[in-house]
Amino acid sequence: MGQAEQVAIDVKRLTRGFPGVQAVKELSFHVKYGEIFGLVGPDGAGKTTTMRMLAGVLAPEQGSADVAGFDVVRDPESVKHHISYMSQRFGLYEDLTVDENIRFYGDIFGVKKNKRLERAAQLLEAADMARFRSRLAGKLSGGMKQKLGLICALIHTPRVILLDEPTNGVDPVSRRDFWKILYSLLGEGVAILTSTAYLDEAERCHRVALLHEGRLLFCDTPTLLKSRLQNSVLLVTAPDPRKASDAIAAAEGVESAMLVGDGVHLLVDDAQRRIAQLREQLSAKGVAFNSIEQVAPSVEDVFVHAVEATSGGG
Amino acid sequence: MNAPSVVVKDLVKRFGDFVAVDHISFEAKKGEIFGFLGPNGAGKSTTIRMLCGLLHPTSGIAMVAGTDVAKQPEVVRRKIGYMSQKFSLYNDLTVIENVNFFAGMYEVSPAVLPERVAWALEMAGLRGREKTMTATLAAGWKQRLALGCAVLHKPPVLFLDEPTSGVDPISRRQFWELIHQMAAEGVTVFVTTHYMDEAEYCNRLVLIYRGKIVASGSPAELKRDAMHGELLLVEGEPLPGAIEALQNQNGIHDVAVFGNALHLVVEDAKRAVPLVRQRLEEQRVKVSRVEPIRPSLEDVFVSLTTREQPKEVV
Repeated sequence: MGQAEQVAIDVKRLTRGFPGVQAVKELSFHVKYGEIFGLVGPDGAGKTTTMRMLAGVLAPEQGSADVAGFDVVRDPESVKHHISYMSQRFGLYEDLTVDENIRFYGDIFGVKKNKRLERAAQLLEAADMARFRSRLAGKLSGGMKQKLGLICALIHTPRVILLDEPTNGVDPVSRRDFWKILYSLLGEGVAILTSTAYLDEAERCHRVALLHEGRLLFCDTPTLLKSRLQNSVLLVTAPDPRKASDAIAAAEGVESAMLVGDGVHLLVDDAQRRIAQLREQLSAKGVAFNSIEQVAPSVEDVFVHAVEATSGGG
Repeated sequence: MNAPSVVVKDLVKRFGDFVAVDHISFEAKKGEIFGFLGPNGAGKSTTIRMLCGLLHPTSGIAMVAGTDVAKQPEVVRRKIGYMSQKFSLYNDLTVIENVNFFAGMYEVSPAVLPERVAWALEMAGLRGREKTMTATLAAGWKQRLALGCAVLHKPPVLFLDEPTSGVDPISRRQFWELIHQMAAEGVTVFVTTHYMDEAEYCNRLVLIYRGKIVASGSPAELKRDAMHGELLLVEGEPLPGAIEALQNQNGIHDVAVFGNALHLVVEDAKRAVPLVRQRLEEQRVKVSRVEPIRPSLEDVFVSLTTREQPKEVV
């Protein structure tokens, strides 16, 4: 594998506050070449602040970070030359066409014409946007604008790619195209650090850091993250979910209950053992239900469980 | 009690030659949490604007809380509340100034005003913080305040536009708990979103694509019945080799990457398992897992909105 085993981003106890806010606190993680790593957490978790420090545009207060072999504090200019950074306000020219925008960014990054044409064709294909090359950027839908931003940011071939909430406001179909583009780049051995406020998007990454209020909750593969709650999640479907929830929310072994459209989503201590007990309790109280079954935990379940455990519930 | 509170029949909206909404019909019952999904440009916002009395339909009927939106749009506007996570509140006003502003806009009568204001503050958990600048509130508080403001006039129908995007999961669960409570009290809640985790909280979903309804049902029903084809999970090394081996193969409709795994859409999962294994082994991919999995709402959404010729499902 060679380079694939090398560390592309190495973050050690990175800390940065703003007046009144501790935006990022003692954050440590690393990203390898050939890997898509996700910074996952709600608004205010510290994702953008972290990205900006790694892009060399915001100085950390404490801690250190190496990106593509350069120290972000001592040598931010070198960092900038070896990365591609797509911020949340990536600028497209709305009165230029798709092709003209790509060409403009190609020129900024000093990409040679034949290289640019080849890469643009590949990226437009992966984005399912080849049909729209001569459309004005201003006339694209929100999802397509985001994809074009990504294509422009990737028109050169940096070794490290930083993407700050690239799929914010993008519909699920465009979001899939987006991920397809990212995966198509991995063959080049790049490292990709992306952030998202949508916890379900964590599933798309090789590894994720789950952030909450500037701190790291967990850093792991999505599969291992979720295995922490293996045998812990039940879904009760019922004609009147509210009634069912009232009947079992305080039952023995139930940590939390949440109403969803078809029923109640439960976190329990031992799913297999509690199924029979909950059946009995519902029947005894005369509450109708359709099914009780164990379901796979989501990353959101992991997040909620971890936050409630550290804050002592509520 | 269960009279429908939103009735849409053969509703059409044309802009010149473009048919944005093409003969759609559905009903939302009193007290139902109704989710309206669709990609950008599918006709979602056009429908909502007609239901809010902001846009005149070309033909067809839309009744909201017993009022015809085409005939009495200004009456409709008094019967609805509208909240969007992003645009609802004035950040440079205090909490109480925002409440009073919305009370004035919705023409809440002076006789009930103090009671409604107290109720909204209580619900948002902001009693005692009336003079706090709205901009300084954390996302979860802001969102509950926006909800309180949207229902000061006790509307029978509440429209929510991506109400919880980006909010931390714990605040989000609290928010949906409030929504379920309002629904239990008889408010009809109409949710538009393209985040599938928000869709899970709805009792019933309608998916609109190219101006037409392509599926409807509860989240569980859609996951069970609406998907075109079945889903296989594939894990193997190297993953790029696996993608190449499976793409554009007969009987495989879609290949999507999820971290270290692939999701395949196939006609018949059981029959496809040995064929997929064989194909991968032929291409020297080391296969560790090939098994049928249940589709998520996102899988269903993507499968229904990427087909060239959408079919009526329900």
